[in-house]
Amino acid sequence: MKRWEKEGIVEITDLSLPDKKHLKKGVAIIECVQEIPCNPCVDACPFNAISMENINALPLIDYEKCVGCGKCVGVCPGLAIFVIKIIGDNALLTLPYEFVPLPEEGQIVKALDREGKEICNAVVKKLKFGKTPVVTVELPAEYAMEARNIKVV
Amino acid sequence: MRIKEHPILNFDRRKEIYFYYNGKKIKAYEGETIASALHAEKVKVLSRSIKLKRPRGFFCGIGKCSSCLMKVNGIPNVRTCITLVREGMVVEDNDMELSEKDYPECKFEKIECEIAIVGGGPAGLSAGIEASEFADVLVIDENHCLGGQLIKQTHKFFGSKEEKAGIRGIEIAKELEKEAVKNCRVLLNTSIIGYYDRGYHFLVGVNKIERVVYEIKANKIIFTTGAQENMLVFEGNDLPGVYGAGGVQTLMNVYGIKPGNKGLIVGAGNVGLILAYQLLQAGVDVACIVEAMPRIGGYFVHSAKIRRCGIPIYTSHSIKKAYGNGKVEGAVIVELDENWSIIDGSEKKISCDFICLAVGLTPSTRLVTQTGAEISFINEAGGWVALHNEYMETTKKGIYVAGDSANIEEASTAMIEGKIAGLHAVNSLKGVSDFKIKIEKYLKKINAFRQGFFGSRPKKAKEKIIEEYYEKMGKGRNS
Ligand SMILES: Cc1cc2nc3c(=O)[nH]c(=O)nc-3n(C[C@H](O)[C@H](O)[C@H](O)COP(=O)(O)OP(=O)(O)OC[C@H]3O[C@@H](n4cnc5c(N)ncnc54)[C@H](O)[C@@H]3O)c2cc1C
Ligand code: SF4
Ligand code: SF4
Repeated sequence: MKRWEKEGIVEITDLSLPDKKHLKKGVAIIECVQEIPCNPCVDACPFNAISMENINALPLIDYEKCVGCGKCVGVCPGLAIFVIKIIGDNALLTLPYEFVPLPEEGQIVKALDREGKEICNAVVKKLKFGKTPVVTVELPAEYAMEARNIKVV
Repeated sequence: MRIKEHPILNFDRRKEIYFYYNGKKIKAYEGETIASALHAEKVKVLSRSIKLKRPRGFFCGIGKCSSCLMKVNGIPNVRTCITLVREGMVVEDNDMELSEKDYPECKFEKIECEIAIVGGGPAGLSAGIEASEFADVLVIDENHCLGGQLIKQTHKFFGSKEEKAGIRGIEIAKELEKEAVKNCRVLLNTSIIGYYDRGYHFLVGVNKIERVVYEIKANKIIFTTGAQENMLVFEGNDLPGVYGAGGVQTLMNVYGIKPGNKGLIVGAGNVGLILAYQLLQAGVDVACIVEAMPRIGGYFVHSAKIRRCGIPIYTSHSIKKAYGNGKVEGAVIVELDENWSIIDGSEKKISCDFICLAVGLTPSTRLVTQTGAEISFINEAGGWVALHNEYMETTKKGIYVAGDSANIEEASTAMIEGKIAGLHAVNSLKGVSDFKIKIEKYLKKINAFRQGFFGSRPKKAKEKIIEEYYEKMGKGRNS
């Protein structure tokens, strides 16, 4: 049994990861590792970067096609898509956030890992209000693959 | 206890009204049900058990469990969880001993329609939309609004675009309602309580508050009555503050009322996982989720959402008891070994003021059983269901089922099943020119949904139901 089946926490090794070049331009990381009948991410991407064999298959991302626009982030009902863009020692992390109060631009928030533990501070860079609010925060690049939630303090 | 700020919902509290509870004047807002308004005032005991007079609180929130029966404007046994509160209403504890003369007089009304649909959830509304293009359709629901379970689903739905994936359940309900009311007649606040075969299909419905008995004559009936939440056996499971998961969703997402401050959830299927997330969104704390199985039953993505908020999920764990004086004050959880026996010394006290049971649903089939349609216990379907063919027609001609009442599944499949039932019913009544093409399309689509890991259970359920149907009808599938 995989850890995510028992604990709801995915390991980095369960994911297909982009290389450095992709991370520099910014790409979507899809943490959707189980076959479920779902496909809105495929329809959401204006660049056809996400594909799926049938509605129950896993979404596959083409890192060459993905431009990191973040459109898929607010659409995914599983809140399973994040965009990471590495800029020097820092990273911009874009994630869905469905709680109140929403953070404000420039605000310092706590970045949480996949277990909800605080790992570092992050600065809110951008807020996009759609059906699901999407927040972009800046944090040290080394935490980019760990941080998956924020806490507004 | 009223939620003031919510990331997704706005609660309309423009109109204040007053009603009386056991003589006391209580404030409420228009649009709240009696039980939710009482809950907001921290009245958690709604009724008492008949023999032992044990307190009973809010449980299912969808008119199925009878925990909320009260006397309203002198009328006994009103289900206060689905009855809207009105200005000046007089709400009292139910009398325990009732005689016929306690019930006020009723009016009788006759209605005729070509197709009657019992239940206005996603299955019933989809059936109505499909059938009303060609026939006179009546949709009946006992709730004060249409939408069934969808009215409390604030999360975005899975599935495909055509089945409205990516849209929140509450919005799907609104879209379906808008579409359905164009051509269907709708009868709300009316429970269908009986079916009679009089050479034609005949239903009896009652609107308790308005004191009307409806006598409904129909050529075809589609039963889309949904499902009922399961209970679990443990000490203290009847304490007020032990809720069905759906009941809590209704309280919180429809009426904007918090069930408590900190909850324990039993069951890590999709319902339990989604509920945990919705509680957090409403600003309510979640102590943990316990799950008896060694693995999480619901979607990984739902579990990941709540784990990253710091909520633990304990697999191979269950609840042993709920304790508290007249209401939930905490729970004891235990770890289970591979044979589901309690591991000695694993007891842990969890402090919480409410408990939500998310341990599955059972199809509501009591009504369709009255028609004489053959039923069968299909484990994969969630219990007793009416046997039906691939067009959703039961062994009783002209009687159809669809949605959760025909197999516990999803809103997406409930909608497609509803369309299939609606289309088949109207075709056999009137003939629809492109019937074959349309129905093939729907059948293909529903089969596509029932693939993969999560599709295997419903697929098996449906295979069994259809196979038994043809066995009972004494003919092969294609004859
Ligand atoms: C927490 C939760 C999360 C879910 N998430 C998803 C999801 O992400 N995607 C998805 O596709 N599905 C989801 N579902 C499942 C989905 O909500 C149900 O499968 C769907 O609502 C079933 O539709 P239905 O029309 O069969 O029944 P219901 O929606 O239950 O509707 C039944 C209706 O019948 C009425 N009724 C019953 N008996 C009578 C009577 N005797 N007289 C008059 N009226 C009656 C009831 O009042 C009700 O309105 C979820 C369910 C829950 C509980
Ligand atoms: S980030 Fe933009 S380009 Fe990349 S997969 Fe998502 S929608 Fe497509
Ligand atoms: S939309 Fe999200 S949950 Fe659905 S398949 Fe795509 S990544 Fe997975």
